[in-house]
Order: sequence, then structure tokens, then C-alpha cells
Amino acid sequence: MVELSHESTVISLDGISLSFGGTRAVHDVSFYVNIGELFAVIGPNGAGKTSIFNCISGVYRPQKGSITFLGEELIGQSPEYIARIGVARMFQNIELFDNLTVVDNLMLGRTQHLAYSVLSALVYSPKTRRQETANREVVEGLIDFLDLEAYRAFPVGMLPYGAKKRVEFGRALAMDPKLLLLDEPVAGMNVEETEDMARFILDVRAEMGISMILVEHDMGLVMDLADRILVLDFGERIALGTPAEVQGDPKVIRAYLGEDLSETTKELT
Amino acid sequence: MSKATASSHRTTRGRPQLFTSYAQETAVFNTRVKRNWVLVGILVMLVLPFFMQRDMVALITTVFIFAIGGIGLNLLTGYAGQVSLGQAFFLGVGAYTAAVLGGESRSGVIGLGWDMAIWLPLAGLVPALIALVLAPLAMRVRGLYLAILTLGLVFIGEHIFKEAKPITGGAGVGRAPADPVFLGFDLFANQTILGYRIDRFTIFYVACFIIFVIMAFAAKNFARSRFGRSFAAVRDRDIAAEVMGVSLLRTKTLAFVISSFYAGVSGALLSIVIGRISPETWNILLSIDFLAVIFIGGLATISGSIMGAVFVVLLPKGVNAITPYIPGFGGVGEGGVLNVFELQTIIFGLLIILFLILEPRGLYGLWLRLRNYFKAWPFSY
Repeated sequence: MVELSHESTVISLDGISLSFGGTRAVHDVSFYVNIGELFAVIGPNGAGKTSIFNCISGVYRPQKGSITFLGEELIGQSPEYIARIGVARMFQNIELFDNLTVVDNLMLGRTQHLAYSVLSALVYSPKTRRQETANREVVEGLIDFLDLEAYRAFPVGMLPYGAKKRVEFGRALAMDPKLLLLDEPVAGMNVEETEDMARFILDVRAEMGISMILVEHDMGLVMDLADRILVLDFGERIALGTPAEVQGDPKVIRAYLGEDLSETTKELT
Repeated sequence: MSKATASSHRTTRGRPQLFTSYAQETAVFNTRVKRNWVLVGILVMLVLPFFMQRDMVALITTVFIFAIGGIGLNLLTGYAGQVSLGQAFFLGVGAYTAAVLGGESRSGVIGLGWDMAIWLPLAGLVPALIALVLAPLAMRVRGLYLAILTLGLVFIGEHIFKEAKPITGGAGVGRAPADPVFLGFDLFANQTILGYRIDRFTIFYVACFIIFVIMAFAAKNFARSRFGRSFAAVRDRDIAAEVMGVSLLRTKTLAFVISSFYAGVSGALLSIVIGRISPETWNILLSIDFLAVIFIGGLATISGSIMGAVFVVLLPKGVNAITPYIPGFGGVGEGGVLNVFELQTIIFGLLIILFLILEPRGLYGLWLRLRNYFKAWPFSY
């Protein structure tokens, strides 16, 4: 059941397997994401969703399979290299630099775009100033876009949860990614904040045309936003298709709701 | 539009100025008040030695030198979060590099007698190079493990310094430091400039002050550049930093190297103030002094490192001054419950504990509180 990747594919995973000792986290998972597509990965807790993200961004190294990003093999590359070629990531548990301001956090997302030398930094040469200012403008644009102006100069550690999530999103966007990995962007948010985040995601897609892989437990959000959905259970792929197809899949229903108990009880009696 | 920009530069009715460009906001002195006060401070510090006693001039010179080393350690420990106890080792390497290149060849020790313009940069570069070689090893570990590893460096260093007699003069003997002759001008000799006779301590004070100001500004620039940010990123969340495209190994190595450069320069200058350097100088206690500089001064701030250096160097002097008034404390060599040195050590330890508990941002944090209090005065609550 391996789909062939084609010209318009941004990333394709082929037979990815990852295990820690005897524990199988991901087993033979394959999928591809088209350019500009919003692809969702869902599944119960421990299904291997975040593990797949860790494989793509180079934090984990799968034992089997291959990951091709714009024609380039990612397995074996360092996280830093993968970031440089255009894969950005938003973490599930907020991983911001707490002591730095919102601006500095976003500026760190611009790391790839700053190229002055150590010596140039020590004397703060015109080259340094020019690059810093140019990237600062991009960052301020994102701060504006994400409604973070009020928090601009605050250390991120002081911000409320919803704002932190937006900073994370902004930091990933600041990297000018070709592929954005969103790991539960609305976890723990109320309805209003969730709607805001959904709007940001749709705006990013419409304005910047960035391909995205979304991991999320909020089914409403996933069904509304995603073009296609991959469903995992115990590290294995159990379904892949449009939201409508996935919703009706008996395997998916079983994974989420469990076996039909009435049949089991019938057998017993 | 341009009219509006021009007018917002001016202060109207005591209101703070607005930032009108990103370059202006990120500048070292982003307000005119800050810039003016620093300029005043620099002028005062340049005039001060002419009105002070000789030993006080030497003491303040030591403050500058400690501030250089402290800034270096703060880049590594404060900004990049890598706790190092190895600062004394790199100070020692800097001191001996300077002594070999700039000292005199006498009684079995090597000295090339080069100019300070050559030995001063090399006194920084040689320790930096050693740090670069050690980095792949040292940067594999972090936290307490790195502290222990760098502590080992100090012990190994002390042993090597004691044994390498042609370079260091050996244990208990020591050697003379480098001669601070900068482009033919002796910075540690009484000079007559424009008809005025200037004391050698004053001349060396001014020289150290200039080196200190240059290095402090460089560090400040460095801290607000992409490197300073990636240091902080590695300190706060290393995995996230990596996913942002910050190389952990390269960043930590850079922190280690640049910190050692500062330590080396600091060590070279310190050896001249001390006058005669023995291998025992570069021990664990000196490393702890530098840790005290940054903990008391304030982690991850350049100005904090300077405040810490002032405090750590002047504290013994202050303790000396107050001991006669405290009953039960004997002076140097006298009886009593405690002597001055013991009292110093106790106060030192006590202060580090108090700062860690009460104001982890150190003296810099105290300064911030004070400033914010008076900013809103009389409505500060």
C-alpha cells in the first residue's frame, strides 16, 4: 500500500520503523504530503505521532525506511541541517527559550538567515547591523500577524499559555519553512483560542503556501482543516484518506471507541 | 513622515524618547541618558587614578582585570549555561604565554622579550586554541559533569605549571611576568608626558582600563548578536535550539573558546599586577573567585560581571577596614576568634548564598529594582 511520490510532493516517508529496545513506536508507516497540503496525523495516545515528527526533524533515527524531503534523504542528517533546508517545527510541550524576549525567540527562528562572522559580531559591523535589522523587520511582521505586539519585549517565560503557543508558531514561521510540523498547536486551549489558532493556520496556508503536517487531538479542528488524514494506532497506519473517508472507517472507530462490546457479550452468553 | 520622525527624536516635556528604528532600539546605548552616564563614568575612571593612593590605583586596576575574566566566564556560564571551574587554568595559560613571549630570559626561564602588541593578542589566542582542542571532549558533558571536568583541568594545569620549569620557573620559585612595553612605550614605568611626571601604576591603570572598555564593548556586541542569542538558546532548551538550526557543538565550542580568550588576556594582565607569578596562583580558589564575580554580579549580563568584579576585588579591602571595629576579630597575625582572611572567606560564602536565594540576578538585579523603583517615584509600589 505504498503510494508513489510525484513531482508535487514536499515530503514522503517510506516504510518508517522506529523502536526503542523492544518497544515498537512506529512500524512500517508510509505517506507523502503534497506541496501546499495540510496533512493531519491522528491517533490515540502513544500511537507514534510525535515519534514520526522526531524522525522527520532528525531528533530520532528510524531503524528502517526512508524520508525524502524535496528529493533529499533526511535520515542520518542532523536536526540542525534539516532545519536549514526548510523543515520547521512547533513542539507539543512548549519548548521556548524562557529567558529571552518574544522578539529574541523569533529572531532565533531566523538563525539560518543570519550569516555574519564572530569578528563582525564583536565589532557590530555595518554588515551585522544590516542583517539584524532586515531580519528584525521580518520578525516584527510576524509579531504583528500573530497579535503579539503587547508581549514583544517580555521574557517568554512570563507569558500566558495561549500567547506562548502563538510565539512557538511564530518562531517556526520565522524560519521561512517549506514544511511546517505542528505538534498539537491547540492542546489545552479554550474554544476561542482554538479558533484563533485555526485562523492563523489557515492564513499561513493561504498567504505563504506552506505545506503542513498537523498532529492534533481536537477532532473538530482536524476534520475542518485537513486535506487528508493519516490515522495511527500502536505505531501502525490503520487508515489514510479525506476527513470523510477516515470518519467512516470501521478500523478508526474501533481504535478510538474500542470493540463493539455487545458482540463479545453475545458470544459469552 | 520625515518630519514626524525627526521630532520624535527630541525629548518633549521630559517624556522618554521613542525608538524610531530597529537599529536604534537594539543599540548598546538605546537611550541618550544611558550613553551620557557611561561617557561620564569613563571620564571619571580616567581621571580618578590621579587623585588616589598607589595601592588603591593597583586595586582598581585589578578590578578591570577581574572584570575582563569575569565577562569571559559570564559568556560561557551565564549566557551559554556551561558551568566552568576551569577559568584559573586559562588565566594561567594566558599569563605564561605572555611571560614567555614578552618577558626577559633570566635564570633558566625562557623569555623572548617581544612587544605587548604581539604578546597581548597571543595571550588570548593561545588559551582560546587550547579550549578549541579541548572542546570536543569538554562539550560532550554538561552541568555538574562539566564543572568537574574543568576542575580536573585546573589540577592538571597546576601540575604542568609546577613541572615546566623553563616556562614557569617551577613550584615555589616562579618567574617574572611579561614586560608591558606597547610599541616601544613602557606601560609599567614612570613616564613624563607633556612635562607631567606620571606614576607607573597610573599608566598601567589607564592601559588596563582601555583594554577593559574595548573588551567589554566587544562582549556586549557579541551578546546582542546572533551568537549571544544562540548561547541563550542552548542554555534554555538545547533540543529546540537544534531544531531551529543552532549547532550545539559549534555553539558550545565557540562559548568555550571566546571565554578562554578573555581569561587569557585577563591572566596576562593580572600577572603584571601581581609582579611575580608562581604556579600556585592559578588554583581552584581563583576559579571560585571568578564564579563569585558572575554569581554576585549577575548571570548573563555584561554590566553585572563588572559590578561583580568591583565587589569581589574590593571586598577584602572593605573587610580589612571594618575588622578593627568588630570585637573578637584579630588583625593579620594577631590572636582572636577569627583572623581577617577567615572573616573574608566567611563573608564571601555568605554573600554567594544570600544572592542565590534572595536575588539570583545578582547586583545587576538589585540595580534593576532600584532603577524601576525610582522610575515610577513617588508612585512606586
